[in-house]
Amino acid sequence: MAVCIAVIAKENYPLYIRSVPVQNELKFHYTVHTSLDVVEEKISAVGKAMADQRELYLGLLYPTEDYKVYPHMIRILYYTCLHVFYQIENILLYRHTRYGYVTNSKVKFVIVVDSSNTSLRDNEIRSVSQLLNLYGSLKGFQGI
Amino acid sequence: MEAHEEKPIIYTMENKPIVTCAGDQSLFTSLYTSLAQQLPREPMEWRRSYGRAPKMIHLEANFVQFKEELLPKDGNRALLTFPFLHIYWTDCCDTEMYKASVKDDMLRWQSTLRLHGSVDWLIVVVESEAKKKNKTNILPRTSIVDKIRNDFCNKQSDRCVVLSDPLKESSRSQDSWSSFLTKLRTLLLMSFTKNLGRFEDDMRTLREKRTEPGWSFCDYFMVQEELAFVFEMLQQFEDALVQYDELDALFTQYVLNFGAGDGANWLGSFCAPVKRWNGLLLRRPIDMEKRELIQRGEASLLDLRSYLFSRQCTLLIFLQRPWEVTQRALELLHNCVQELCLLEVSVVQGALDCWVFLSCLEVLHRIEGCCDRAQLEANCSHTVGLWTYATEKLKSLGYLCGLVAEKGPTSEDLNRTVDLLAGLGEERPETVNSLQSPYKKLNEALSSVEAFEKHYLELSHAAMEMYRAIGRMRSARLIGKSLAEFYMKKGDPERAEGFLDDSLRSYVAEGWSLQVTHTRKQMAECQKLLQQTEDYLQTSALLAGDANLTVEERKHFCQEILTFASQPPAPSDQTVALSMAAFAQLRQMQFSPPGAVVHVGAALQLELRVRCLMPVAVKVEQLAATLHFSLEQGGARGRAGSAQRRTGQGPQGQGDGVVLFPQGSPLAGAGMGASLLPALELYEMQDRSPSDSSLNSTGVVCKNMHLLLRRHDSSASLDTPTAGALPAAIAVDDGAQMLRARDITLQPGDNSILFTAPTGEPGSYTLRQLCGSVGRVQFVQSHIYPVVQYEVYSQEPQLTIEPLSDNLLAGIPQKVKFTIATGHYSVKKGDALQLSNTDSMPILHSSCCSATILSSTGERVGESALSIQSSEKVTSISLPPTPPYHTLEFQLEVLCHIPPTPFKPDIERLTNGEVRHRPKSHADRGMINIDQKVSIDCPWSIYSTLISLTFYVPFKAKHSILSAGKRKYIQVCLQNVSDTIFHLADPVLTECQPTIPVELLSLNAKTQQTVCSQQSVFCLWEMRWVERLPLCLQCAFSASFAPVSASDAHTAFKPYRYEFQLDRVSTLYSLKAEILPPSGDQHCRTGTLCGLEVSITRQAEPSETEGEEEESTEIEGLRTTKLMYEVVDNSSNWAVCGKSSGVVSMPVAASATHRVQMEVMPLFAGHLPFPNIKVFKYLPHSAVPAIQPDTDSCLENDTMSLLDKGLDDQGDTASIRSRGSVHSVGSGEQQRVLPMPRLEPFSPGQVFYLSQGRQVLVLPVTDDHVMEVNVT
Repeated sequence: MAVCIAVIAKENYPLYIRSVPVQNELKFHYTVHTSLDVVEEKISAVGKAMADQRELYLGLLYPTEDYKVYPHMIRILYYTCLHVFYQIENILLYRHTRYGYVTNSKVKFVIVVDSSNTSLRDNEIRSVSQLLNLYGSLKGFQGI
Repeated sequence: MEAHEEKPIIYTMENKPIVTCAGDQSLFTSLYTSLAQQLPREPMEWRRSYGRAPKMIHLEANFVQFKEELLPKDGNRALLTFPFLHIYWTDCCDTEMYKASVKDDMLRWQSTLRLHGSVDWLIVVVESEAKKKNKTNILPRTSIVDKIRNDFCNKQSDRCVVLSDPLKESSRSQDSWSSFLTKLRTLLLMSFTKNLGRFEDDMRTLREKRTEPGWSFCDYFMVQEELAFVFEMLQQFEDALVQYDELDALFTQYVLNFGAGDGANWLGSFCAPVKRWNGLLLRRPIDMEKRELIQRGEASLLDLRSYLFSRQCTLLIFLQRPWEVTQRALELLHNCVQELCLLEVSVVQGALDCWVFLSCLEVLHRIEGCCDRAQLEANCSHTVGLWTYATEKLKSLGYLCGLVAEKGPTSEDLNRTVDLLAGLGEERPETVNSLQSPYKKLNEALSSVEAFEKHYLELSHAAMEMYRAIGRMRSARLIGKSLAEFYMKKGDPERAEGFLDDSLRSYVAEGWSLQVTHTRKQMAECQKLLQQTEDYLQTSALLAGDANLTVEERKHFCQEILTFASQPPAPSDQTVALSMAAFAQLRQMQFSPPGAVVHVGAALQLELRVRCLMPVAVKVEQLAATLHFSLEQGGARGRAGSAQRRTGQGPQGQGDGVVLFPQGSPLAGAGMGASLLPALELYEMQDRSPSDSSLNSTGVVCKNMHLLLRRHDSSASLDTPTAGALPAAIAVDDGAQMLRARDITLQPGDNSILFTAPTGEPGSYTLRQLCGSVGRVQFVQSHIYPVVQYEVYSQEPQLTIEPLSDNLLAGIPQKVKFTIATGHYSVKKGDALQLSNTDSMPILHSSCCSATILSSTGERVGESALSIQSSEKVTSISLPPTPPYHTLEFQLEVLCHIPPTPFKPDIERLTNGEVRHRPKSHADRGMINIDQKVSIDCPWSIYSTLISLTFYVPFKAKHSILSAGKRKYIQVCLQNVSDTIFHLADPVLTECQPTIPVELLSLNAKTQQTVCSQQSVFCLWEMRWVERLPLCLQCAFSASFAPVSASDAHTAFKPYRYEFQLDRVSTLYSLKAEILPPSGDQHCRTGTLCGLEVSITRQAEPSETEGEEEESTEIEGLRTTKLMYEVVDNSSNWAVCGKSSGVVSMPVAASATHRVQMEVMPLFAGHLPFPNIKVFKYLPHSAVPAIQPDTDSCLENDTMSLLDKGLDDQGDTASIRSRGSVHSVGSGEQQRVLPMPRLEPFSPGQVFYLSQGRQVLVLPVTDDHVMEVNVT
C-alpha cells in the first residue's frame, strides 16, 4: 500500500503531498524531499531520450528499510495529477513501498510504498502510472 | 598426478569435471601433460536443452584413475564427484596379448560401467611406430582396433579412437591428436548434456514435491547448489548465479506465503530466535560452516541469507559486477529485516542493527578489495547507500546503548551492550589480523562514548562527502541534520548550528514547509542554547506564525518574544530589530482621498491592512512608516503633473488609491516566494520640459530593482530570516517624517490601521520602511513594495474663462464660465475682479447671477450671489469668500458686436461670386472669427490678466450682379456657417451714398424665414434707374436674426449688416452667335463645315468716366475701341476651322455692331450647345498713343488687318503678341521698351451673351445602321 504520494513541481516544491498514516507525515516529507536527489540524477541520466517518451517511469528510486521510493514522470498537468490523485488513492491504498514518476514537464510524482508489503511489485507500480495515464486521457486531461 | 589419491572433495574453483582412466596407467601418465594442456585450448559449442542458448565452452577435466568407488551409487546426486567420462587406454598391438589380458581387462571395465549404468566411455588405442618395429609378428594395426570395435563398440564404432605416435612431432601425430581431442570434447559435452539434463529433471521433480509434507528446503538447496557448483566448475557463472537466484526467489516466496498465512513446516527452523548476528562473511568463496548448517537443517534465516548472498557475491565478482553486489546487498539487508519481522522471529533489540552494520561494512570491504580507488570514487553512488545505512545503524545502536546521552550509558545500557556484543561471537579468523575489520569497529564503537563518537562521525562525514561528491545535496544535508541532532544531544549546539542552518536554507529555498518548521524548531532550540537572542527571537517569530505548528506551540514561541520585549532593557542593550515578514504581512494600503494627490495642508488618510501572524493579540506601542520626501515632483507643476505621474503605478497600484501587496502561498510560507524571483517590473519614464512640455529625455526604470539586485543569500535573511540577523541597512531610520499610529492591538488575522499622512510641504512622499515596536522588540519591514507614495502640491491661484458652448458666436449674447482655482490664496470678503470694458464686447449682467464654490475634490461646498457693478470703464465682480484650494465658478453673458464689414482690409472683389480674401477664417467652416481681449485685475496679483475670447461670425454674405440685357439685378447670398438655427427677418438693401438715384426693387417674398446650419438664403433686388447707372454703387444689406431657441423672439433679434460696392454695372456689349448650316442644307451635319456668325453690338455709349477707362482711339472723328473675341469649345463638340480668335475695332456708339464669320465643324450629331465666345478688352501697349499717334494709326490699322489675316493661320494670341512686337521693332526704331498689347476681361454684367444656352440640331452624315448618339 502506498503510504505517501507526492506531486512535486519543476522547482522542487511540493504541489501535493499526502501520506497515510498521518503521524509519520514529517518523515515522509523528508523521505520524498531526499528522494529528489535520485530523481534528478535519474532524469539527467536519461537525458534527452526522456523528452520523446510519453511517460517515464524511473523505477525504484531507492529503498529504505521501511519504504521504497518510486519516482514517475507523467505527461499530465499538475492539477490533473491532483485530481487524479483523489481518484486513485483508493486504488493504491488497498494494496500497501516508494515509487516515482517524473513527467516531462518536470513535474515529479513520487510514491512511497511500505516495504513490508511485498505483493506490490515494480511492474505493478508501472501499471499504476498507466492507470493514471488512462484516467487522464479518459477525462481529457492529457496534455502539455 | 595426484588425482588417484583419496581426498575429500573440496568445493573450490579448482574443481574440474572428473574423467576416469582405466587400462595402461603408465601409457596415460606419459600422455597426461599434453592432454591436460590441449583439451581446453579450443572452445566447443555446447548446445543446451530446454531451448537455452548454445554456449562456447572451454573444457577442462580432472583425469583420475578408474576405481569402482568413483562410480555413483543409486541416489547419490553429487554432481561434483560424478565421473562424466571413462577412458580405457591401451597401446596393445599384439593380438595374442590382446586376447590374453587386455580384452579381459576391458570386459571387466565394461561390465563395471554397465553395472552402474554409465554409458559414457571411450577406448583409446595408442599406436607407435617404435613398438611396431620391435614386434615381428605383428598384425596390421587395424586388426587390433577392428577387434576392439568388434568386441566392444557394438554399432558405436566412434567409441574407439586411435592415437598415432602421440609423442612425436609429426603432422600425422597432430592430426591424430586433433581428431582425438575433438572426439573427447564432443563426448564430454554429450555426457554433460545428458547427465546435467537428467540431474535437472530430478531436481525439478524434487522441487515439484515442495508441497508434500516431508519436503525440506535445505535438502533441495543442496541439490540445486550442486548444479550451481557444476556450472561454476564449467566457468558458467551466469548459470550458476541463476541457480542461486532461483533459490533466493523460492525462499522469498515461502517467507511471503508464510506472511500470508501459508506456512511450510520446514520454515519452522528459520523461525528460531536469532542468536548470532555476526554479519555477512564474504571473504571465503564458500562458507563451509554455514553450508553445513544448511545441510543439517540447522541454519537460521540470517545464516541462510548470509550464505546465499556470499555465494551470489562471489559469482557477481567473478562476473565483474561489483556494483550489483552493493545494490543487492542493500536490498538483502532491507529484505532480511522485513523477513524477520514477517516470520515473527524474536531478535534481541539492536541485534539486527549490529548485523546490518557489520554486513554493510563487510560488503564495502569486499568491494574495496576488488576495485581500485579511482573505480571506487567514480562509483560512490553505488556504495553511498551502504555507508548511509551503516551510519544510521550505528546511530541507532548509539542511542540504544546510551552512548549519545550527555551523561553516558546507564547500567541497563551496559547490560544491553554486553548482550549485543555476545551475539557477535568470536571474530572470524579471516579478519583477526585486520585492524579495521567491521567486527573490531563495532566492538570498539560500542565500548566507549568517545569511540562511538569517533566512529559515528567518521561514517557520517564519509557518507556526507560521498553525497556531496555525487551531487546529492539533499541527502548530504539530511545526514548533516542527523549530525546536528547528535550534537544537540551531546550538548554541543555550536557545531549543530551550521548543519541546521544549511538544511533550513535548502528547505526554505525549495519550499518544503514541514521540514522548514521542524528544522526551525530545532534551530530555535539551538539558538536558545547559544544565547543568540536576536536570532532566537527571529526564529521564534517565524515559528509563532507557522501554521504547521499547534496553537500551543505557536503561543509558546509568541510568548518568548513578548516576555523578552517586556523585560526592562539593560543599559547596554539596544532594541532588537526583527523582520516584519514573520510577524505580519502587509495586505493592502488605501488612500483617502483615493487619488493620493492632495494640496498642502489637506487631510490625507492611509488605511493599512495587515495580517498579523501571531497566534495571540499583540499590543504594538507604535506602528510607524518612514517617509521619503522628495521635491523633484514639486507642487508647482500642480495637479496635472502629478496625475500624469501616478498613472505609471504598476500592476498593484490601482487608480482608486488601493495598493495591494502580493501574497506568497500561506502553506509554503515565504519559502516559495524566495525560490521564485519577482518578475522584472519596468516602466517608461519621460522627462518633459516644464515650459513647453517637449520631451527632453526618455528611459526605462526598474521599479523593483532593490528586490532583484541583491545578493541571494542575504535575500533569504531578509524575507525569511533563518539566522535572524538583519543587515544593518534596515536599521530603523529616525528623524524623517513618519506615518505613526500608537497603541494598537493587533489581533490574529486581518487588522486595519488608519494613519494620517503629513501634508505640510509640497512634494512627493514615498513610504519606505514599516516598523512596529513591541517593547524592546521592533518588527521592521525594510522595503514596502510595490511603491506606495502620495503627493502634496501647492498651486497658484488661477482664473480661466471659457465658453459654455463649443464656439462663441458674435452678434448674440453668449455665456462664458469664469473659473477661479484659488490655489493657496484665500478669497476674502471684498475681493473683486475688475474687468476693463470694451465697446465691442459689453458684459451683460443680471441680478440673478450666482457663484458656486467647489472643494478640491469637486464637491459642491456653497453657493452665493455675485454682485456686479459696471461703471463706464470697468465691470467689477465682487467675489464671495472662498477658502484655499477651492474652485469658484460663475457664468456671465457677453455680447460681441459684428462689425459691418468685418476684417476687410481690401475691397472685396467678387468674381463669379467667390470671396477672394478671407481673413482669419475658421478652419473648416469658413467662419470668420473675432478675437476679443479682456483685461482682468485679480485680487491676488498686481498684474492684469489678459484673457482672449474668440467669437465667430455666424453668417457669411456674398453678393453678385445679374443681367438680362440692360436690366440689372443684385443678389445677396447669406449663409449660416454656425451650428445654430436662426430666424432671419427683414432683409433690406439700401444704397448708401445716392449720387444718382437708383431704385432697388425687392423681389423677395418672405420677410422672415428659418436658416439652418450651412443653409444659404438668397435675396434679389432689381435695379431701376432713370437716366443712367452710376459708375459705382455703394450698397448695404441688413437683416435681423435671432436663434430659434431664443425664448423672447422679439428682443432677441439682432441686426446683421453687410456692405458692398458695385462697379461698372451697365451692359456695354451684347454678343449673339448664330450657326448656319452649309448652303443647300437645312441642318448641320457632322463632319461638314458650318458657318459661325458672331455679332457684337455696342449697347450703350460709355459714360465719361467709363470712357476714360476704355482704351479708345479716334480715327477721323470716329471713336473705336478694340475688342478681342475668342471661340472656345471646352466640351469638344466643335472643331473651330480657321481662325478662332481675332481683334475687332468697335465704334464707340450705341448699336454699333460688328460681325465676325468663322467656320466650325460639329463633331457629333444631336442637339449641340453653342461654343463659348469670350470677349476681352484689347489694350495696345500704352506707349503707342504717345508717339506719333496720327501717322501710326493707319499703319496700325493695316497691321491689325494683317494680323487678322495672320490669325487665320496661327489662331493664337501669343503669336499676335510676338508679331506685334516684331512689327513694333520695325516701326519704331527709337523705342527701347517693347510694346506689348494687353487683354483685360470685362466686369461681370458689362457683356451680355444672348446666345447663352442655345443649342443647334446636328444630323449625322449618313443614315448608318448604327446611330451614334451623343448626350451632353
